[in-house]
Amino acid sequence: MDKPVLLQIKGLQIDGRSGDTWSPIVKGVDLTLHKGEVLGLIGESGAGKSTLGLAAMGFVRDGCRISGGSIEFNGIDLINAPEADRHGLRGKRIAYVAQSAAASFNPAHRLFDQYAEMPVVHGVSTAAKAQADAIDLYAKMRLPYPDQIGFRYPHQVSGGQLQRAMTAMAMSCRPDLIIFDEPTTALDVTTQIEVLAAIRDIVAQFDTAAIYITHDLAVVAQMADRIKVLLKGAEVEEADTRTMLSAPRDDYTKSLWSVRNFARAVQPAAAGAPLVSVQNISAGYGTALVLDKVSFDIHKRRTVAVVGESGSGKSTAARVITGLLPPFSGQVLFDGKPLPASYKSRPRELLRQTQMIYQMADTALNPKLPLRDLIGRPAQMYLGLQGKALETRIRDLLNLIELDPDTYIDRLPSELSGGQKQRVGIARALAAEPQFIICDEVTSALDQIVAEGILRLLDKLQSEFDLAYMFITHDLATVKAIADDVVVMQYGMVVEQGPKAEMFSPPHAPYTELLLSSVPEMDPDWLSGLLADRASALPAKA
Amino acid sequence: MGFVYTGLYIALALIVAGILSWLFRAALVTVMPRQTARALRTAPLTASFGMLTVLLYVLVALFAPLIAPFAEREVVGAQYLAWEAPYYLGTDALGRDMLTRLIYGARNTVGIAFATTALAFIVGSLLGLWAATVGGWVDQLLSRFVDALMAIPALIFSLLLLTIFGTSVLSLILVIAAVDATRVFRLARSVAQGIVVMDYIEAAKLRGEGMWRLITREILPNAMAPLVAEFGLRFCFVFLSISALSFLGLGIKPPTADWGSMVKENAALITFGDITPLLPAGAIAWLTVAVNFVVDWQLHRASGLKE
Repeated sequence: MDKPVLLQIKGLQIDGRSGDTWSPIVKGVDLTLHKGEVLGLIGESGAGKSTLGLAAMGFVRDGCRISGGSIEFNGIDLINAPEADRHGLRGKRIAYVAQSAAASFNPAHRLFDQYAEMPVVHGVSTAAKAQADAIDLYAKMRLPYPDQIGFRYPHQVSGGQLQRAMTAMAMSCRPDLIIFDEPTTALDVTTQIEVLAAIRDIVAQFDTAAIYITHDLAVVAQMADRIKVLLKGAEVEEADTRTMLSAPRDDYTKSLWSVRNFARAVQPAAAGAPLVSVQNISAGYGTALVLDKVSFDIHKRRTVAVVGESGSGKSTAARVITGLLPPFSGQVLFDGKPLPASYKSRPRELLRQTQMIYQMADTALNPKLPLRDLIGRPAQMYLGLQGKALETRIRDLLNLIELDPDTYIDRLPSELSGGQKQRVGIARALAAEPQFIICDEVTSALDQIVAEGILRLLDKLQSEFDLAYMFITHDLATVKAIADDVVVMQYGMVVEQGPKAEMFSPPHAPYTELLLSSVPEMDPDWLSGLLADRASALPAKA
Repeated sequence: MGFVYTGLYIALALIVAGILSWLFRAALVTVMPRQTARALRTAPLTASFGMLTVLLYVLVALFAPLIAPFAEREVVGAQYLAWEAPYYLGTDALGRDMLTRLIYGARNTVGIAFATTALAFIVGSLLGLWAATVGGWVDQLLSRFVDALMAIPALIFSLLLLTIFGTSVLSLILVIAAVDATRVFRLARSVAQGIVVMDYIEAAKLRGEGMWRLITREILPNAMAPLVAEFGLRFCFVFLSISALSFLGLGIKPPTADWGSMVKENAALITFGDITPLLPAGAIAWLTVAVNFVVDWQLHRASGLKE
C-alpha cells in the first residue's frame, strides 16, 4: 500500500474487569490501516474483535481499560488525547455501525433527524443541508424512495433498510474511518447481499477506510482488502484477502476454513410410512394467516431441513406440530395417527415422543436450575426414574453430550458457555427418549466452530438413537451439512421440497434459486460476479 | 465535653457493629452451602449487619421468657423508675419493667408482623403467579378485583375491616395480610409476566408439567429476588401499620407488650428529658433499617449488577 497510514495501533492491551480482578481481553495487538483500505477482523465471540474495533475510536466499554500500547489516528494519540478531542473525532472522522441497527436507532426520532444530528453537532453542516445530503446517500445506498424514507421512524422500515440507513448515517460527516461491527449478522441471506453491496460501493466511492468485524469468513472475503484473524485477544495471522483464503498459514485459521466441510453421510432413500406427516396445515395468529396449506413428511432416522427467511412461517410450523398453536385447518399425523391439535389434550406418552431444542439456549434453560434438574426432570417425569437410576441416567446423558458429569452436574446454566448450554438443551430433549426432535435454529446463535460441534453431535445421536429431526434454519450451509430432505418456505407456503441432492442441483424454483445464490462463498469475486449476473438478469432490486 | 463522648460512643458502636458484621458474614460463608456462600461472600457489610440484627431479634423473640428478668405483665415497682438495677431500663407508667416489656414486644410485634407478611406473601404471590401463567379471564377477574381493593386507602380499609371483624390478634393478622396481599399480587403478576414468555416455560408446558410445578419450580425461583426484596419492604410497612393501629387502639390490646403502644404510653416522659419512650421506637427503627439493608442487597443482586 502506498497510501498514507491512517490508523496505527501498536501493542494494544485492554483489560476487562470481572469481580475485583482484571484479566486481559486484547493482548498486544498491532494494526495498521491505510487510507481507503478495508481490513477484515475475524474470530469467534470472545476473541476481542469488538473491543479492538471500539478501541480504534479511542473508546473502551465500561469495565474495561487500556493497559498498554498506543493508538494513533492521523497522527493524534487517541489514548492520551483529552476526552474533548476524542469526542470531536467520533462521528466526524471515525464512525461506527453497530450489529443491530434496530437496537441502535432511537425509536422516537425520524431517520432524517438522526442523520442530521452528527453533522449539526460537529458543525459540519446545517440540518437542511444534511437532509439534502441524506437523500443523496440514501439513493446511493439503494434505499427505496430515498427522498421520503427519511421521514419514517425506525420501526417503519425493514431490518436491512435500517442497516443501510445506519451506514448512510455513519457516512454523514464523510469520515476517514468507519468501523462495521457485524453489520449483517442479524439479517437474512437475501437481505445481507443488498447491505453488503451497498456498504462496499459507498466505502469505495468515498475512499473511506473501514474495519469490518465479522465471524463469517465468506462475508469478509467479499468486503476486505486484508484480513486479520484474532483468537482469544491475540493476533493469529494477517494477510491480504486472496493470500489468506488460498493459503492460510496457521492451524487455527485452517480449522476456521474447514468448518464448512462437515457433511452428514448420505442416507438411503425414505421408505415406508412417515413418522410425522404435516397435512394441509393453515395456521396463524388472530386472523393473520401465517401458514397456508403446508404439507410435508418426516421419516424415521431422517433430517428434514425447513428453510426460509424470517417471517416465512418455519417456526410457526414447529409450533403447530408441538401443539402450541392449534391450526385453523389441516392435521398432523404422528405414526399414522392424528395428533390432538393442542398440547394440552395430548397424553404424556405423545408429548414425550416430540421434543424441542431452541435457538436461544439462554432462554430455553431455566437459569435457576442446575443441570441435574434440567436434564433429570424429563427422565423423572416420563420414565419414572428415581434416586440412583436417575442419577446414572443424568450422568449418561452428560457423557453423551461430552460434558464431564463430575464437573458439570451441579452447575447452573450461567456457568456454561454458549455451546455447552446448547448441548444441555440437546440432553434435555434426549432425556425423554423421543423419536422426533425439532431443532429451531439451534446453531444460529453460535460461532462456526462451536456450531459445527453441535451439528456433529446431533448427527452422531441421530444414528445412535434412530431419531428423526425437523431442522429449522435460514442458513443454507447448515442445510447442506445436515439435511436429508429439504423444505423451502416463503410467505407461509412451501415453495419446493425434496431430497437434498435434488434441491441443490438445478432446476430450482425461482425463490430457491435466489436463496441458494445469496449464500456468500469464500471466493472474493463472488459478490461482484453475483451482482453482475443479477443486474443483467433483472432490473435493479428495490 | 459531653458531645465528644457521644461522638466517641457512636464511633465505637459503628466500629463494633462493623467488626461483628464482618465476623458474622465470615461465619455464614463457612456454614452455608456452596451456592448461598458464594452470594454471601459478595454481600456488603451493611447487609450482613442487617442479617445479624434480624437474627438477634428472632432469638430475642423466641427466647423472651428466658431472657427477660420479669414477667410480661408484672408490676414490679413504682412508676417511671430511673435506669438502675434491677430495672436496667427503668419502669413504665404502671411500674412494669421496661426491658422486659421491650423483649416481649419483640415477640408480639415482630411475630405478628412476620406472620402477617408471610401470609400476605403466600396468598399474594401464588395468586399473582397463577394469574400471569393462566392469563385470560382468571387474570382479568383477579386483577380487577385487586384493583378495586387497592382503590381504597389502606389504613381506612383496615380500620373498616377491623371494626367489622373485631380486634383479636387473628383478625388483625388476616386483615392486614388481605390488604397487603393485593400489593404483592401486583408485583408477582408483573414479574411473572416477564417470565412466562421465556422458552423454558414453553418447554415445561410442552413437557406436560402441571400448574403447581410450573409455578413453584419454573417461575417462582426466577421471580424470587424481587419478591424477597418486596418482602423486606412489606415487612416494614406491616410493622408500621400494626404500630399505627395499636396507637389508635385497634391493634394489639394492652396489657400485651407492643412497641407501638409502648411509645404512646410513655410519651409523657419525653418532656422530662428522659429518652425511655424512644427505646421501643428505636427498636422499630433499628429493625426497619436492618431489614432494608438486606433488601437493598437483594435488589442489587436482582438487578443483575453483581453476579
